[in-house]
Amino acid sequence: MPLLIFSIAFLALPLVRLFLASGESEAGWTIYLDILRKPRYLNTLILTVLVSLATTFAALAVSTTAGMFLSRNRFKGRGILLSIMTLPLAFPGVVIGFLIILLGGRQGLINQITPGHVVFAYSVIGLFLGYLYFSIPRVLLTVMAAAEKLDPVLEEAARTLGASPFRVVIDVILPGLMPSLVAAGAIAFATAMGAFGTAFTLATNIDVIPMVIYTEFTLSANIAMAAALSIVLGIVTWALLLIARSLSGTTVAAGG
Amino acid sequence: MIKSKTKILQLTVTLTACAFLFVPIILSVLAGVTANYFQGISSGFTLKWVFRVWELYADSIFLSMRLAFSCLIMTLIIGLPAAYGLARNPGWLSRLLEEFISLPLAVPGLALALALLQLYGSMKGFRTSWTFILVGHVLYTMPFMVRSILAVLASIDLKTLEEGAATLGASPWQRFRDIVVPNAMPGILAGALTVVTLSIGEFNLTWMLHTPYLKTLPVGLADSYASMRLEVASAYTLVFFVLIVPLLMAMQWASARAQRISQ
Repeated sequence: MPLLIFSIAFLALPLVRLFLASGESEAGWTIYLDILRKPRYLNTLILTVLVSLATTFAALAVSTTAGMFLSRNRFKGRGILLSIMTLPLAFPGVVIGFLIILLGGRQGLINQITPGHVVFAYSVIGLFLGYLYFSIPRVLLTVMAAAEKLDPVLEEAARTLGASPFRVVIDVILPGLMPSLVAAGAIAFATAMGAFGTAFTLATNIDVIPMVIYTEFTLSANIAMAAALSIVLGIVTWALLLIARSLSGTTVAAGG
Repeated sequence: MIKSKTKILQLTVTLTACAFLFVPIILSVLAGVTANYFQGISSGFTLKWVFRVWELYADSIFLSMRLAFSCLIMTLIIGLPAAYGLARNPGWLSRLLEEFISLPLAVPGLALALALLQLYGSMKGFRTSWTFILVGHVLYTMPFMVRSILAVLASIDLKTLEEGAATLGASPWQRFRDIVVPNAMPGILAGALTVVTLSIGEFNLTWMLHTPYLKTLPVGLADSYASMRLEVASAYTLVFFVLIVPLLMAMQWASARAQRISQ
């Protein structure tokens, strides 16, 4: 099969080569320990995980609220809101980075309409907003697909039995959505971990894993470390998306 | 009235999220057609920035279109027979192959690009040609094509249909052409639109694989964000939106249709 030949030549062999390259420096295979031992890499790892976690929870909160609202209510303009919220699906990370600059850069909207000097595009907040922009549509689609399958009769029943709206959300809606929420969260987290395009435009002074891989490779020519970080990052995102898929059966491209 | 209070909260969150997603898009469109964005809209509207983008980046737009079209042809030539093969022989081996070709969905493009560079970077003729970028795009979009076709084929009784045709004397090629392809059409259409949309917007792999003489549309975008004035960068983004938004809408329509058929 041509597919088999293509994927062996351009997928399997390059990945094996990448793995071998990670052990070719003086450090040998202990390079993987260096990621945890050297403060530069460890701090990068911690920061990336923290920003990704923040993105995941923010995207889940926003998209679950909006997703439940849009799937439970029929009103004029619903279609438009839904299109707006899924429009960014096809935007590459670089474009999203630029959109954040238009919001929070030096010539950005926020800086113009507020007194004083408010520029946040190139800080961790800007990066977080960029990742959030990227994740909201993806999480929303997963949540809405699950919300359509929830049985509204269960909520009615809970309400007739005297449950407060808060209890209905906690006891009926959230447990029903849980597998999809975990799946959507895993997708958001993996996407944020590997997002290169957004980081490329915004994180010029922030060390997140994709940026460090890029600078190690192009500026420091530290190919072994770039390869080792890529392998670790690849395994983490792959494992997360495998969990996501086994829970919800959806596939969303990581990219970014 | 607690119920309506929750509704209002939900609506507020939804509208805020919409504003967060949509306002920057409006800003970028406005900045692309404003004579001087720093002075504001009062400086008047103009198309000169769009023309400037055309002068500067027409090559990159054409390269992206050529790549997307070639990528579509490649994923069809490789993906359609592969999806057919996988649908005809379900089993753990097929599952494994499907999982394997789906790796580029889960592994960040940066890592894949590094892998390709490690293995083929020293082959100068290949490294500097546009087919090197094409390989990256085909790698990334192939799983979408294969899975899209596979989902449709899995929902019909292909075996019975083919056996029926075979008893009537149809050759394997005739069966593939007259039965498999027409039945798979909704999946092929959805897959094709996904492949083109993703290929035109692909940045992560392409940034690592491109050479100074081969800039695709998103690579040109990154370039303009870093080195051009805001109006030019915005006008270029506007050109990108005009290209990608209709494709995205067509893709969503075709995917929903394919999903309905395969259920």
